[in-house]
Amino acid sequence: MFGLQRTAITQSSRCAPPFPTPVHLASRLLIGVFVLVGLGACASSASPDSAPTTEPRVVRVVTHDSFALTESLVEAFEQASGIDVEFIPGGDAGEMVNRAVLSTGNPDGDVLYGIDTTLLTRAIDADVFEPYVSTPEALRPELVAAGLEMVTPIDDGDVCINIDDGWFAERGIDPPTTLDDLANPTYRGLLVAQNPATSSPGLAFLLATIARFGEGWVDYWMSLRDNDIAIVNGWSEAYLSEFTAGGGGGDRPLVVSYSTSPTAEIVYAEGPAPEQPSTSVLVDSCYRQIEFAGVLRGASDPAAAQQVIDWLVSPDVQADIPLSMFVFPARTDTPLPDVFERFVVRPTAPRDLPASDIARNRDAWIDEWTEIVLR
Amino acid sequence: MILPTSRPGQAQRGTVWAIIPLAAVTALVVVPVIAVVIAGLNAQSLSEFTDSTTWRIVAYTAFQALVSTALSIGLAMPAAYALYRLSMPGRRTLLAVLTLPFILPTVVVGLAFRELLPFPGTTAAIVIAHVFFNVGLAVRVIGSLWGHLDPRMREVASTLGLTPIHAFVRVTLPPLTPAILSAAILIFLFTFTSFGVVLILGDPSLPTIEVAIYTAAVQRLDLSEAAALALLQFAFVASAVLVMTRLQHRLSVRQQLGDASPPPHASSAGERLAIGWTYILAVAVAIPLTALVGRSLRVGDGWGVTWYQRAFVPEEATTRAVSAAESIALSLQYAATATAMALALGALACVGILAARQHGAWLDAALALPLGVSAVTIGFGLLLVSLRGPIDMRGWWVLVPLGQAMVALPIVVRVVLPLLRSMDPRLRHVAATLGAPPVRAWWATEGALVLRAFAVAAALAAAVALGEFGATAFLVRLDTPTVPVQIVRLLGRPGEANTGVAAALSVMLLLMTILIVGAAERLRPRRSGGW
Repeated sequence: MFGLQRTAITQSSRCAPPFPTPVHLASRLLIGVFVLVGLGACASSASPDSAPTTEPRVVRVVTHDSFALTESLVEAFEQASGIDVEFIPGGDAGEMVNRAVLSTGNPDGDVLYGIDTTLLTRAIDADVFEPYVSTPEALRPELVAAGLEMVTPIDDGDVCINIDDGWFAERGIDPPTTLDDLANPTYRGLLVAQNPATSSPGLAFLLATIARFGEGWVDYWMSLRDNDIAIVNGWSEAYLSEFTAGGGGGDRPLVVSYSTSPTAEIVYAEGPAPEQPSTSVLVDSCYRQIEFAGVLRGASDPAAAQQVIDWLVSPDVQADIPLSMFVFPARTDTPLPDVFERFVVRPTAPRDLPASDIARNRDAWIDEWTEIVLR
Repeated sequence: MILPTSRPGQAQRGTVWAIIPLAAVTALVVVPVIAVVIAGLNAQSLSEFTDSTTWRIVAYTAFQALVSTALSIGLAMPAAYALYRLSMPGRRTLLAVLTLPFILPTVVVGLAFRELLPFPGTTAAIVIAHVFFNVGLAVRVIGSLWGHLDPRMREVASTLGLTPIHAFVRVTLPPLTPAILSAAILIFLFTFTSFGVVLILGDPSLPTIEVAIYTAAVQRLDLSEAAALALLQFAFVASAVLVMTRLQHRLSVRQQLGDASPPPHASSAGERLAIGWTYILAVAVAIPLTALVGRSLRVGDGWGVTWYQRAFVPEEATTRAVSAAESIALSLQYAATATAMALALGALACVGILAARQHGAWLDAALALPLGVSAVTIGFGLLLVSLRGPIDMRGWWVLVPLGQAMVALPIVVRVVLPLLRSMDPRLRHVAATLGAPPVRAWWATEGALVLRAFAVAAALAAAVALGEFGATAFLVRLDTPTVPVQIVRLLGRPGEANTGVAAALSVMLLLMTILIVGAAERLRPRRSGGW
């Protein structure tokens, strides 16, 4: 680096006409440095890519940024199958799916994991997937059906309003129990939600209200607005900084988050785990999101890609999913971790909407929501 | 004061050197924008240009960027004077503190400000965060020239009876203007395209162009709208930069620069005020940083280094929880490569710009474009180029440091160029006349100064590369995350351990910057002896 600076500096004397001699030398040096920098970059880039392409087989799994699995499971699969699995973070769910749509037929990877019901139709319409459904018997049939015979369900989870129970107990106020309650003056100025144009839980909450109120969602949101709902652009701002129990000194005791967030608070707490989470979930507000994995059309080794999808719904991976990603396995026969059994509330009738409805109306709904709530 | 130069206006052969950095900018910035425009622009996107909402977004984007820029520069001026022209205790520490915000991921700063400011979700919050990020940059860019201005000019002015304000406006300001405009261009571009700050601290009902491009491209996959907005952003940024750069070139003056004599102690009330102001500014910048350090050490109800240990030894070995050692090593590797690239490209660019004489403004403006173009546009554009163009660049490792170098390049140019441009070639002529061989004459008169400028540029480039998030994240998805990417991932989950480790990683990022910037500061060459 030091040498580079020197040559670079000498080179800059080029702008001064009287002394041409050092310039030519310097030019050559500079070119040399360039070649070296270039070579260095290529050499470093070559090392990860230059693995032999014939043996072993490689499957690249494009995932959203929340993806996680226990490392040892991945290694065990690679050992047993002879397939190297690479996980490529593809951005947030929207970005990942849009990249897949744009690169249809010439994909970034071989498998796409983490596409949910709000985006599935967009990808299917764009012909992103090679149909492949792995159907072990234990897979919940309603989830399999939601995959529209194109993709395999891996997990599901619920977007729900979280309640800071301590805040309500201190004030002797009963927490809300229904979506309608949120429009009640008792809960004025207490809820923070995300902008559905920029946030996936924000969109899920909007869809929950549409599933609940139908055409009446417009009036409902007007009353939420009049009841001083706070809107921020992303989950982190809402939960970590506006929510009273998010650790950031916020002043809103109700926040749109996930049904597993209270449990995550326990898992990621320091010291002895508390007996009870300090937050709970407003079950009536829960919207179900199913996440799928599919083989991308144009995958270099479709058979190996299918094997990876089979592995994602295998009992070992399914049992690992709850604590790795804080969602529920798509299988019915894998045991849930103790904290899930004890603390996570599973809504029996979560709200949802058909994927085709969402695909058709999503942008119009978001535009209308923006007009009502933000203007 | 303006000295005649030989053959004014004529571009010289050296201009060709600028082809290399120009080609890099074209390939990584201009081509992707064209790709998005080609893919998306249609009759429907033309209607975006006549839509009042679009223009409201453009106006708001420009408004907040201009206010942020003006405030950053205005608040930085007294500090630049105090830090580079006066002797004051703790100078090096103060400079480091002011530079630190520059590398923090915006989500970290955004969340810290949400906690500290009583009015998050407003334009004022955005502006304050922008000033926090950029005031150190302004201090460095302006100060590094100010420190070398000949102090005798001002002494002469006061001897002639000019009031301090007159002396400042008539004598100090003109030679300083190129550096001020340099800093202004950089900060304007940063704030015009700022994404994370606007998203986290802004009012959701007031999007900027950058946020609108993001929602169009990433959330709605509406390439027609994204193309229209990308085109608008590009046109606006390009013309703003061109105007400012031309102005800067017109106003630049040659002068004798000294290897600043030992700075005097504050002698006037104004100078004491400037020193006081510098301390206030550093304290203001340090508040969110201190809050961050506090957060990284707060464990449950007590204090400890648990989050630091956890950062290096994640409790569960998942594909997501990467040891800090790994992501730090990766970040440093990229930052070092990016810095080398930015310095090499920056040196070529400076040579080209200076050789091009009055046409240099065009080159200069073109090289600043990477700062003013949306990371989303570049990401989607490169994807489209890869898919429809002759070469598939997806997953190219080299795109990461190259992308970072593109962001650092305009900073390198702006730190080095004002100094080079202000140099008086007669100094060298005198040296040559007195019999010094060319290289020695150059070294004795200017080399030391230039080396110093490159050291400062290297420090800033490394800091930018270390903290850079947008371009890296959109260009290449890495198995192992860089430190900023890892921090952003952690802040996407509830639980004390996640926010704690994120804070610990942020503090480590700060420490890395202190080390790098500190090392560059020490690279001050020994006083060059006589010929």
